[in-house]
Amino acid sequence: MKNKRLDLSYSQMKWETIFRRILIFMSIVLVLIVIGILITLIMESMPSIKSLGIGYLWGKVWDPVSNIYGAYPFLIGTLLTSFIALIISIPFSYAVSIYLGEYNPKGWLSNLLKNTIELIAAVPSIIYGFWGLFVLVPIIRTFEAKIGVAPYGIGIFTSSLILAVMIIPYAASLGITLIRMVPSPLKEGAYALGATRFEVIRSVIMPFTRSGLFAGVLLSLGRALGETMAVTMLIGNTSTLAHTFKDLIFGPSNTMASVIANEFTEADHTVYLSALIELGLVLFFVTVVINLIGKRIITRFTNN
Amino acid sequence: MEARIRIRNTKSILFKGVIVFFAFLITVPLIIVLLYIIKQGVTQVSWHFLTHVPAPVGESGGGISNALLGSFIMVMMSSVLAIPVGMFAGIYLSENPHTKLAYYSGLCVDILQGVPSIVVGIVIYFWLVKPLGTFSAISGSVALAIMMLPIVIRSTEQTLRLLPPSLKEAALSLGVPYHRVILKVIVPCGFAGILSGIMLSIARIIGETAPLLFTAFGNPYLSSSITKPMESLPHLIFTYATSPYDEWHNLAWGASFILLMFVLTLNIITKLITRKWNIQL
Repeated sequence: MKNKRLDLSYSQMKWETIFRRILIFMSIVLVLIVIGILITLIMESMPSIKSLGIGYLWGKVWDPVSNIYGAYPFLIGTLLTSFIALIISIPFSYAVSIYLGEYNPKGWLSNLLKNTIELIAAVPSIIYGFWGLFVLVPIIRTFEAKIGVAPYGIGIFTSSLILAVMIIPYAASLGITLIRMVPSPLKEGAYALGATRFEVIRSVIMPFTRSGLFAGVLLSLGRALGETMAVTMLIGNTSTLAHTFKDLIFGPSNTMASVIANEFTEADHTVYLSALIELGLVLFFVTVVINLIGKRIITRFTNN
Repeated sequence: MEARIRIRNTKSILFKGVIVFFAFLITVPLIIVLLYIIKQGVTQVSWHFLTHVPAPVGESGGGISNALLGSFIMVMMSSVLAIPVGMFAGIYLSENPHTKLAYYSGLCVDILQGVPSIVVGIVIYFWLVKPLGTFSAISGSVALAIMMLPIVIRSTEQTLRLLPPSLKEAALSLGVPYHRVILKVIVPCGFAGILSGIMLSIARIIGETAPLLFTAFGNPYLSSSITKPMESLPHLIFTYATSPYDEWHNLAWGASFILLMFVLTLNIITKLITRKWNIQL
């Protein structure tokens, strides 16, 4: 009888070890996936790195037919769309953060607005792209005809507008949490000195949350850089850069993600395919670094 | 003095006005998009639409059964792949927050969360599509599973961390083995949070197109073979929306409507769960 009980506990102990090993194994799998992604990207972009060198990144011409590859047009396209989107989105995400963090942190209206903003992030990007193509593009086209640029409708400006809407929730939901974390003695002190609400927000809340709000903007920048589908549908997919700034903003262009989406399955020889993967590698590095910096700032902020 | 105070007060009120204006203005694009999709899509949806494959160019009618089946199969397969890995890794992270492995896998979760979905597509192309020699549903599922992982892990980890340590201590002090404490006490207690994380991740991947472009590809016919190319709702929308034919656009509107309803329902259910159990995600 006693022996049997001992056996049972031995088998339990065996299971316990197995269970702990499973936990560790799954965490290792996770690390292996990320290392695998990195190695695959580097290995597969080797042919392009070898034959095109570092000059690839600022080569101005992308012409796969004559075997000329330069990533500069896509870098510019990506940076322009993301930064314009970011500039448009900042007033909105700050306003939402301040309103839901400070003016109206509780109650049904606050909850409703917060949930609605979270739904913005839930709508798939393909749906934004589809809607943009059929509703936004004609509107932009009339607008462009009025201000005297070629009325393409599609292009960097249109993509940035849609992108701006898509990235607001990322900065906003973080901003709301951070502004709610501002200690009330600080605010009360300022009120006691006779500060108005605006003055409290400007000189107490904003300085206190500045780094955190910046991190939120970084996270939405990371989203904007890697966003593929909506941009692919709206940017026009032209790999040559326009000459004037106006034509560049309102004309068709291409981003790193959109050129990969469009040309990956058509890439018929090694260097072409590899050049596209190198774009993916650059995109991977940039978004990962931006995200990690953002996360690091947030961790430091919440720990203080 | 009086005037100065009046100016400061006016400024404060004006500022509030601007903030409220911008804060509510942002809901306008969402509402416009939702209403437009519903208006365009709801008239397309019928029993015929749900049970037939897309009609060829020039023929009216047809439906999206291939994409519905494909999305269902691929989401199921990626859940089967991602949920065990995600839950166990999440349990590990919440149980051993200070080990070296926890630091690195936590870092990897952050990295995975930031990886552009198109990059995942490229990588899976080289891991599975090229070795297998064909686009396939299985490679699409693996790509989607990788997109799911960070959400499942983070929600598991955060839910379990919020549970009071006394729960675990009580169970351990009764002599319950460690694995049973986790599986029979800790996980059931955090079940609502884990479940809502899983639903959120499903809502996220069902609308992902970019990772499927070079993995599952697409298929105009009804197919349930996981080693062959498979259609999915977002990919169908992409193909048909960018085509020049009106009938195909209508098909894409209908598919968008279905996809949107699915995503919104999942999100709202998750919201209700998290509110009922008071979970912070």
